[in-house]
Amino acid sequence: MNDQAQLLPGTLDLLILRAISLGPLHGYGVLLRIGQISGNALLIEQGALYPGLFRLVRQGLLKASWGTSENNRRAKFYSLTVAGRKRLREETNSWNRLAAAMTSALAAQPEEL
Amino acid sequence: MKPLDWFRIRIAALFQRSELNADLEEELRSHVEHRADDLERTGLPRAEAERRARIEFGAREKYKEECREALGGNPVGTLMQDVRFSVRVLRKSPGFTVAAVLTLALAIGANAVVFAVLNGVILRPLNVPHADSLYGLEHSDDHMGQESYPNYLDLRDRSRGFESLVAWNISQAGIDTGGDPSRAWVAAASGNYFDALGIQAFIGRTFHAGDEHGVNSAPYIVLGYTYWHSHFQDDRSVLGRVIQINKHPFTVIGVAPPGFRGTLLFFNPDFYVPIVNQPQVNSEFDLNTRGVNWIFETMGHLKPGVTPGQATADLNSVASYLGKTYPVDDGGMQFILARPSLYGDYMGKPILGFLAALMTLSGLILLAACSNLGSLFAARAADRSRELALRLALGSSRNRILRQLLTEATLISLAGGAVGLLGSVAILRRLSVWQPFPQFPVQIPVNPDAKVYLVALALALISGLLFGIVPVRQVLNTNPYEIVKVGSAGVRGRRVTLRDVLPVLQIAICAVLITSSMVAVRGLARSMHSNFGFEPQNAMIADTGLGMAGYSGDRESAMQRRMIDAMRTIPGVQSAASINWAPLSGGANSWNVFTDEAKSLKPSSAAAAPYWYNISPDYFQAAGTTLLAGRTFTWQDDKNAPLVAVVNREFARKLFASDKDAVGKHFQVVLGADIKRIEVVGLVVDGKYQNLTEDQAPAVFVPLLQEPMSQTYLVVRSNGDPQQLAAAMRGRLHDLDEGLPVNIQTWTQLMAAILFPARISTVALGILGTMGAMLSITGIFGMAAYSVSKRLKELGIRMALGAQRKEVLQAALGRPLKLLAFGSIAGLVLGILATKILANIVYQATPRDPLVLAGVVLAMALVGLVATWVPAQRAISVDPLILLHEE
Repeated sequence: MNDQAQLLPGTLDLLILRAISLGPLHGYGVLLRIGQISGNALLIEQGALYPGLFRLVRQGLLKASWGTSENNRRAKFYSLTVAGRKRLREETNSWNRLAAAMTSALAAQPEEL
Repeated sequence: MKPLDWFRIRIAALFQRSELNADLEEELRSHVEHRADDLERTGLPRAEAERRARIEFGAREKYKEECREALGGNPVGTLMQDVRFSVRVLRKSPGFTVAAVLTLALAIGANAVVFAVLNGVILRPLNVPHADSLYGLEHSDDHMGQESYPNYLDLRDRSRGFESLVAWNISQAGIDTGGDPSRAWVAAASGNYFDALGIQAFIGRTFHAGDEHGVNSAPYIVLGYTYWHSHFQDDRSVLGRVIQINKHPFTVIGVAPPGFRGTLLFFNPDFYVPIVNQPQVNSEFDLNTRGVNWIFETMGHLKPGVTPGQATADLNSVASYLGKTYPVDDGGMQFILARPSLYGDYMGKPILGFLAALMTLSGLILLAACSNLGSLFAARAADRSRELALRLALGSSRNRILRQLLTEATLISLAGGAVGLLGSVAILRRLSVWQPFPQFPVQIPVNPDAKVYLVALALALISGLLFGIVPVRQVLNTNPYEIVKVGSAGVRGRRVTLRDVLPVLQIAICAVLITSSMVAVRGLARSMHSNFGFEPQNAMIADTGLGMAGYSGDRESAMQRRMIDAMRTIPGVQSAASINWAPLSGGANSWNVFTDEAKSLKPSSAAAAPYWYNISPDYFQAAGTTLLAGRTFTWQDDKNAPLVAVVNREFARKLFASDKDAVGKHFQVVLGADIKRIEVVGLVVDGKYQNLTEDQAPAVFVPLLQEPMSQTYLVVRSNGDPQQLAAAMRGRLHDLDEGLPVNIQTWTQLMAAILFPARISTVALGILGTMGAMLSITGIFGMAAYSVSKRLKELGIRMALGAQRKEVLQAALGRPLKLLAFGSIAGLVLGILATKILANIVYQATPRDPLVLAGVVLAMALVGLVATWVPAQRAISVDPLILLHEE
C-alpha cells in the first residue's frame, strides 16, 4: 500500500477521461482501467469515483447509457463526447507541460545554473 | 397517525421514487456487485465478498450526496430533508418556536393590515371599467373639485380632452316610501353619468343624457344596490314605484349593479337622481347661478391618446375663457387633474401621508421583530455550537448547515406569516363592514386581495432571511475541534458584537414607536380640549332639512322659529337656537368678501373667503361663544332691516386690519348672483369651523331671517340628562311636524367625524406602540435570560466567594440594562426627530412636552423592569453548590 501515491487535487477528472478514451467503461471498469494504466500506483477510494463521473457528465464531457457488462450484469457505461475528447487533449498537453517543468525544476543541478 | 407524519411520509415517498435516486442506487449497487464478483474469484465466499466490496466502496451515503450535488443536486429532496430536520429541531424547543412565530405573526399581521388599507384606499382603482383613464377635476388653489352647474356645462361642452365629463353632488334628502319618513344620501348625477362610466343597470335601466329636459324634468331614481338590498329586500317589483323625495314624487327606474358603489371610494350613495332635479333634492342649489359651486365633483375618461397634461392645458384654456367672460364668478380659475376616488388631492394627500407614515412605523415593527429574532437565533446557534461542531466534524458541509439554519428561520417566518395573515384577514373583514359614523354611509373597502397575500408572503420570506443570516458568521467561524474539546462556554469576548448591536437597534425602534404613540395620545387629548370657539359639552344638536318635509321660502323661517320656541319649553333647557351648519359638523358654506372700498369684485381681489353661517338670535348663547363687542341679533333683524353681521376676530383682522373697532364697519359680499353690503354689529371669539388642524379661519354670522336656509341645526343647551333631553326634543319636533326627519345627538358625537383622523391615528399609533413595547420586553427578556444562563456558573462561583446580591445582579444584568438605556436614548432622540412625519397625522404633535418625555422614559424603565425581573430572580437564586456539582 505504501507505494501508492495520493492523487493531486484535480487530476482525478483527467484520469477518468483518459481511462474512458480507451473505450466505453462502466464505473468499476474505470477504476480497474486506471489501476491498470497507472500500474496500480494511484490510491482512489472506490466511491470517490462517482461524484467525478457525475461532474463530467454534467459538464457534457461524458455521456452515459445503460448496458450489460462482461459479468452479465446491468451496468451504466460511460463514453467520451466530442467535447470530452477535446478537453482530454488540452488537459494532457497542459499536464505534460507542468510535468516537464516540474521534472526539470526538480532535476536542476547547481552547475547548470 | 399525526397529520404531520402523514404529510412527511407522503412527501418523502413522492421524492424517493424519483428517477435520479433509483438510477444512482442501481449504478452503485452494480459497482459493488462487480467488485464482489472479482473478490469471489479470489476465493472468498459470496457473502464475505459482498461485505468487503461494500467496505471498500467507502461512505456510500456521503458519495451519493456528492453525486447529487455534482449533478446540481436534488434541490427538492435536499430541501425536504432540511425541512424535516428543522421541524424536528423546532419541536424540541416549543417555547422558542411559539414565541418566535407569535412575534412574527404580530409584526407581519400589522404590516399586512396597513398594506391592505393602503391597497384598498390608494392603490386599487375605482370599480368602474377602464378606471385608469378616469380623472377628476380639481381647482389648483384649494384642491377642491366643486363647480357650479353652468360652469360644468361649459366645461363639458367646450373641453376636448375628455370623452364625456360627468358631474355629481351629494345631498341628504327626506324619503317617504309610504311608511316612516327617513333620510337618505342622494347622488344627483348628470344624465350621462352611468353611460360615461360604463355602468349598466342591474335591473331596469339607468338614466341617460336624453332624459334631461330642463329643471326638474327627470324625476327618476336609480337605487344603489346596497340600499335596494337593505331597504327593499331585493324586491324586483320596486321598478315603477313612486317614492317621495322631499315631498316630490320620483319614479324608481332601475337598480345599480352590486359592484358599483359610486365614484367616491368610501361613500356609497343610497340612490342616484338626475342632476337636473337637484333643486328638488336640495332647494339651496339651482341650475342657473354661476357663482355657487355646489357640484361636488366633475370627472371623465380621457379620450384615447390624450395625455393628462394635454387635457389639463385644454381645460385651462376653457377656464381662462370663462374667467374673461364671467370675471366675478370665474376669474382666476385654474384646474389640475387628480384621481377622483379620494376626492383628488384634497383627501388623497393627507390619507396617503397618514398611510405612508403608518407603513413606515409598521415596517419598523417588523424590523424590530427581525432583530429580536435575530438575536434569539444567534443565541440559539451559540447554544447549539456543540451540535453544529459535531456535524461539521462528521463531514457535513458548512453550506449544508447554513442552509438548514436558514430553513429553520424560513419555516418560522412562514408560520408567523400565515398566522399573522389569518389574524389580519379577520381584522380587515371587520374593518370593511365597519361604519365609523352612524349618520354617513361611509365604509372603508379594504378586503384583502392577492396583492395583500403576496406582500405578506414576501415580508415573511424577507424577514426569515433577515434574522436567519444573523448567526451565519458565527457558524462560518466555528472551529469544530476546539468546541468539541472545550465545550461551548469557550470564548466570550468583551468586544461589541452583532448580538449587542441588534438589541440596541431593536430597543431604539421600539422607543421611537412608544414616543410616537405617546405624542399621538397627548395630541388627541389636547385637541379634545382645545379652544373650539364654542362649548360642545352640554349641547344637544338636532339637525334637519326643512326642505325634506316640503317647506320653502318664508315657511322655513317661521318653522325654524316655532322649533326654537318649542325647544325652549323643555324643562331644564337654558337656551336654544339654530344655525345652518353647526361648526365642526362636517359642512359649511363660504363666500368671497370684499372691503367696502373694493371696486372690482373678481374672486382674485377678494379680501377673504370666510365661513358663512346663518344663525337665529340666541345662537352665541346656546353655543357658548363669547361676544367680545357689539351686539348679537334679534328677531327684528329681518328682511326689512339693514343687513347686519357678527364676525370673528380673524375676519376683522383680515378685512379691517385690526379687531379693535370692527363694529360699525361695512364689507361687501358676492352671494351667488347678488352683491350685498353688510354692516358689522358684533365681534365674537375665533374658533374652529371645518376641522381641528385648520389655520385660523375668518367666519361671518348673519341673521337667519335675512338669508333663509332650509338646512337647520338646532342647538339646545341644558345640564340635564342627554337621553331624556333627546327624547323630549324628538317629541316636541314630532308634535310640530311628524313628517320631518331629524337626527338628534350631542355636539360631541356630531364632532366624531371631524375627530376621526385624530382618533384613528391615535388608535393605530397606540397599537403599534404597544407592540413595540411588547417586542422590547421579549427582546430584553431573551437577552437577559440568555446572559444569565450563560454565566450561571460564574455567578455561582462569585456567590460562593461571598459576592453580594447587588454585585451578582450587576454582573448578570449590567450589560442588558446598559444596552436598554443606550437604545432608549437613541430611540427617544430619533422619535423627537421623526415628529415632522407625525405632524402629518397627529394634531398638535409635539414631543417637546415634558409629559411625553417623562412618559417615554418611564415606559422604557418599566419595560426593562418587567423584562429583567425573571432573569434577575434566577440569577439571585443561584445555588453555588448545585451548580458546581453539575460539572
